[in-house]
Amino acid sequence: MNNLIVLPLLIPLVTAVVLIFLQKKTKVQRWISLVSVSINIVSALLIIGQVKEKGIQTLYMGGWLPPYGIVFVADMFAALLVLTTLVAAAGCLLFAFRTVGDQREKYYFYPFFQFLLAGVLGSFLTGDLFNMFVCFEVMLISSYALIVLGGTKRQLRETLKYILINILSSTLFVAAMAYLYGTVGTLNMAHLSLRVAEAQQAGILNVIAILFLIVFALKAGLFLFFWLPGSYSVPPTAVIAVFGALLTKVGLYAMIRTFTLIFYHDAGFTHTVIAWMAAATMILGGLGAVAYKDLPRILNYNVVISVGFIAFGLAVATKDSLDGTVLYLIHDMIAKALMFILGGMIIAAAGTNKLNEMGGLIKKYPALGWMFFILVLALVGIPPLSGFPGKVLLVRGGIGEGHFWLTGVAVASSLLVLYSLIRVFMGAFWREDPLLPASEKKKWHGAAYVSAVALFMLVIGLGLGSEWVYSYTGQAADVLVDPSIYIEAVLKE
Amino acid sequence: MELYMALAIGVLFAVGVYLILSKSLLRIILGTSLLTHGVHLLLLTTANLKTGAAPLLGEQAESYVDPLPQALILTSIVISFGVTSFFFVLAYKAYQRLGTDDMEELRGNGDE
Repeated sequence: MNNLIVLPLLIPLVTAVVLIFLQKKTKVQRWISLVSVSINIVSALLIIGQVKEKGIQTLYMGGWLPPYGIVFVADMFAALLVLTTLVAAAGCLLFAFRTVGDQREKYYFYPFFQFLLAGVLGSFLTGDLFNMFVCFEVMLISSYALIVLGGTKRQLRETLKYILINILSSTLFVAAMAYLYGTVGTLNMAHLSLRVAEAQQAGILNVIAILFLIVFALKAGLFLFFWLPGSYSVPPTAVIAVFGALLTKVGLYAMIRTFTLIFYHDAGFTHTVIAWMAAATMILGGLGAVAYKDLPRILNYNVVISVGFIAFGLAVATKDSLDGTVLYLIHDMIAKALMFILGGMIIAAAGTNKLNEMGGLIKKYPALGWMFFILVLALVGIPPLSGFPGKVLLVRGGIGEGHFWLTGVAVASSLLVLYSLIRVFMGAFWREDPLLPASEKKKWHGAAYVSAVALFMLVIGLGLGSEWVYSYTGQAADVLVDPSIYIEAVLKE
Repeated sequence: MELYMALAIGVLFAVGVYLILSKSLLRIILGTSLLTHGVHLLLLTTANLKTGAAPLLGEQAESYVDPLPQALILTSIVISFGVTSFFFVLAYKAYQRLGTDDMEELRGNGDE
């Protein structure tokens, strides 16, 4: 029992409720939401310290022992993702201060942001499948509100599609849980794992596993990502940064959790399906990233590629590849947030989102240019930077298990990432700009630059200090490799 | 009994999917609410429909029906109610601003 681990969920929830009462006072709202995220980062650090020292921490809600009550579980994987989420969210929040606009700030932008955080963090920490569904809904409903906030025609149109897809996938989620409850009679994840192990995951349980895969793939944009590029190009940049960094990763987390904890007995079947989906995602995402000439779409397809890359680690499912998956997931959340923030600055500086009409930005914004360039190298996985250690472990895991095809696709997808983003760099920063007469230099608000630079330092720090980071992520992957550690921690007397 | 329920749920799913694949926005929303009906009935059915008293301890019966799925359904109903009402208002707003409820015309070109 450890009451600390509900704090990451509780803090944003309380903050959001308080912020609702301060609707017109945007300055106060900004301060309160920033302070709340900072406090939450401290609580996440405390949790990580405890998990590192004493192993997996659990909290039985209301004192009801599992499987009867709802249990919150903080293993290293969940705790690290909570911290990463909060750091990425803090960056996006700082960036949002002046960029989302006064109108949106007055109409509950910050409360929605905090509710979104509550949903994301709850999904990471919960140990109960239905509770995870509820946290998903908290996250999704806030995301509907954030994506449509502002109410331009494009936003209305794309939100209709986004909401429809998510209603469908939530319906399927409930259906999958109905089947699972009907088959094994429990919804606590540790208990589920035991029951599924007793039943040897035959017949119907494989069908249910695939149903869960479809649900989480829809949320994460793994192969079923057709809704993502359109929906993620309509809201303001600060919102896209939150979505690109957090939302798809929650789907991935749920997928990794279910397929390492519950449905890991028939890997020959389920993990082969995941492998095919991951390969298709990387290829299709790569094609999309190369094909388009407007910046939001290029960045969105890069999100898709990285989802495929992380799923590839799950498909291989050895110690090496799961190590790599955790490392890469953490890197990717931070780097994607930074990528969208820098992308938003580029669009604002150039006054257009079409690559063809940009050019010559390096003279006016050298800092922005070189930060973007180094970020591209980090995303591709050039050695001293943060994308490298995760990628190496993933590739080593893939080759070690004899998945040569899949590993080949994964490595090739890195080249497509490089090509698509370097094209943005060369187009926006290097080329002379004949179309537009010298537009005057845009003054950035301090907060936007602070957030970009802070996340940038983190991307570099994660790469340089990867040995130290690995001492934590290694412990996270231990639980994923051996689910009995998790089960014992949750169901102990 | 479960068999008949399964058939009814199957019909609800089929009609829901058919409606979601249609052009008009209102039919799509109706389709999603039929789907959620189907899924709630499914939750009730898969937990077995054995006869027993309503799960109230005052009944003092020999056996009760399973109370857990009922709690799950109740949660899911209010969630889908919230989402559906948001969806309706969104559709209304979209109709006002965009002047159409035809999904074909709501495509938009990727280049705007």
